Amino acid sequence: MNELLLGLADDELVIGWRDSEWTGIAPMLEEDVAFSSIAQNEIGHARAVYELLTDDADALAFDRTPDEYRCAPLVQLHLLEWAHTIARRWLYEVADEIRVTALMVDVPVAAKINREEAYHRMHAEMWHERLRDEPRFREAVTELWPFALGVVLPEQRAELCSRVKLEEVEAVERGTFGDSFAALHDEMTMVRRSAPAGAQW
Amino acid sequence: MIYEVFRQERKGQAFEHAGSVVAPDAEFAEAWAREQYGRRGESNALWLVPRDAIHDVEGWADEFDLKYRRVDGYSIKARLKEARERAAARTG
Amino acid sequence: MRDEQAFLEYVQGGGQVETGDWMPDDYRAKLVKFIEMHGNSELMGVLPEREWILRAPTLQRKLALTAKVQDEVGHAQLIYRVVEDLGKPRERCLTDLVDGKAKFHNVFHYPTKTWGDVGVIAWLVDAAAIISQKALLKCSYAPYARIMKKICWEESFHILHGRDVILAMVTGTPEQFELVQEALNRWWGPLMQFHGNPIPKDEDPMYVWRIKSQGNEDARQQFLEGYVPQIWELGLTVPDPNLRRNDEGVWEYSEPDWDELKHVVTGNGPRTEERLAFRRRFLDQEQWVRDAVLAA
Repeated sequence: MNELLLGLADDELVIGWRDSEWTGIAPMLEEDVAFSSIAQNEIGHARAVYELLTDDADALAFDRTPDEYRCAPLVQLHLLEWAHTIARRWLYEVADEIRVTALMVDVPVAAKINREEAYHRMHAEMWHERLRDEPRFREAVTELWPFALGVVLPEQRAELCSRVKLEEVEAVERGTFGDSFAALHDEMTMVRRSAPAGAQW
Repeated sequence: MIYEVFRQERKGQAFEHAGSVVAPDAEFAEAWAREQYGRRGESNALWLVPRDAIHDVEGWADEFDLKYRRVDGYSIKARLKEARERAAARTG
Repeated sequence: MRDEQAFLEYVQGGGQVETGDWMPDDYRAKLVKFIEMHGNSELMGVLPEREWILRAPTLQRKLALTAKVQDEVGHAQLIYRVVEDLGKPRERCLTDLVDGKAKFHNVFHYPTKTWGDVGVIAWLVDAAAIISQKALLKCSYAPYARIMKKICWEESFHILHGRDVILAMVTGTPEQFELVQEALNRWWGPLMQFHGNPIPKDEDPMYVWRIKSQGNEDARQQFLEGYVPQIWELGLTVPDPNLRRNDEGVWEYSEPDWDELKHVVTGNGPRTEERLAFRRRFLDQEQWVRDAVLAA
């Protein structure tokens, strides 16, 4: 269970971190504001789940070595391009709903997360509707699909396939880390590491 | 399309014009207005109205100064004073 | 009332102007330029802070800084809507900005080097901006005055957040205190230039048309009066040996470098090129999204 919760928290932390990169540079100003709220919500979810596992959420969020994180490869990818970003958002939200609703049975905070994610799902679906016929978007979905499968447990993948209407392929599983994650972790922790452990900020 | 945003701060209060968003349809307008006008929990509800649907009304004729419909159309001070004086004289 | 003199008397007497009202060409032109510069500034102001969102040292600071920058984007949205309703489309404002044809405030042309900058910007640069923004609450052009209400209300948390970041550092390690002092030393010059050179109110067209309701020097004095005591009480120093409050309650200071200000706002700041190029990159890269979504 803790492994699942850590995976959830790390996914939310990292996708929130990635999504926060769009603050100020999204395709239109109205979307920039909305997208930033989604990123903040994700970080908030990460924090809420870390707090189930520890008294010091910041330490858990920042002070592990990169290979100790349990985030899925999907969220680690550096995708500063809109078609890929929205493709990831959409695939992630569908996968996340399956994963979070399964956890809701045992974990009350998962129900809160699920209620907030309803707005994320609306947003992702709205964009999916608009872009579904754009070649770049379809290519991005195809490219990210193996990664999306890695977000959910093997027994949940048939459900994911049926919701997004794609055939199952070989998943990129948790436990693999690309260069982009090491770079992200380095940037994420650079200020924190500049002071001794326990320094206040 | 421009959508005008009206927001209601607390239940029971009037909806007030708050600004506008540029969006292709009501769905996008909603997603965007929710955050621009409500991310701090500062709104209980929003009305989104395409700008074209708003019918602008200005300019009233007021040629004959029909003040009888308003409070400032009445000046009762002088008569009230006289009525009180007369009442006092009757009883006094 | 298509008479420039009558219009002038009207706005100077506190009259309000709405979008559809007649206005002199000069008023309209100055208004658009002023408001557009404000929108550009909010948008460009995002870039120096954005890199620190990715480096925030705690989850709380990450959330707060993201929210602050989000507000600035939101303000840009409000401001460009006002400009659009005055007749200049947003796309044109953005292309003029990235092509270097439009201006934005001096402070956003400078680099941010440490987490100390994050604190100093939120505490002092935002404070300088809020003083100007509060003066705009009385702008003669009503749609702009109205959005300033929302903007000022949202900015109130920015300063508090900035002060909180600074206080954590000045009560932290000696190295953290030094980060703040060093950042303050770098930002003081641009801060003193921020409100513009002390042109007398009645010679400032912005004031004459009551677009601004405060002269540049008034704004600067207000900033010094409010914030120098806050700086000194933390044991921080201001890198100006001539800074002092005289017996009449007026703050005296070394003459700011007005040449530097002019040089920077005309597109020659240390980070101007790089930031405009960054913005142009994303504007171009995501044009297809606007075409796919906003086209009818």
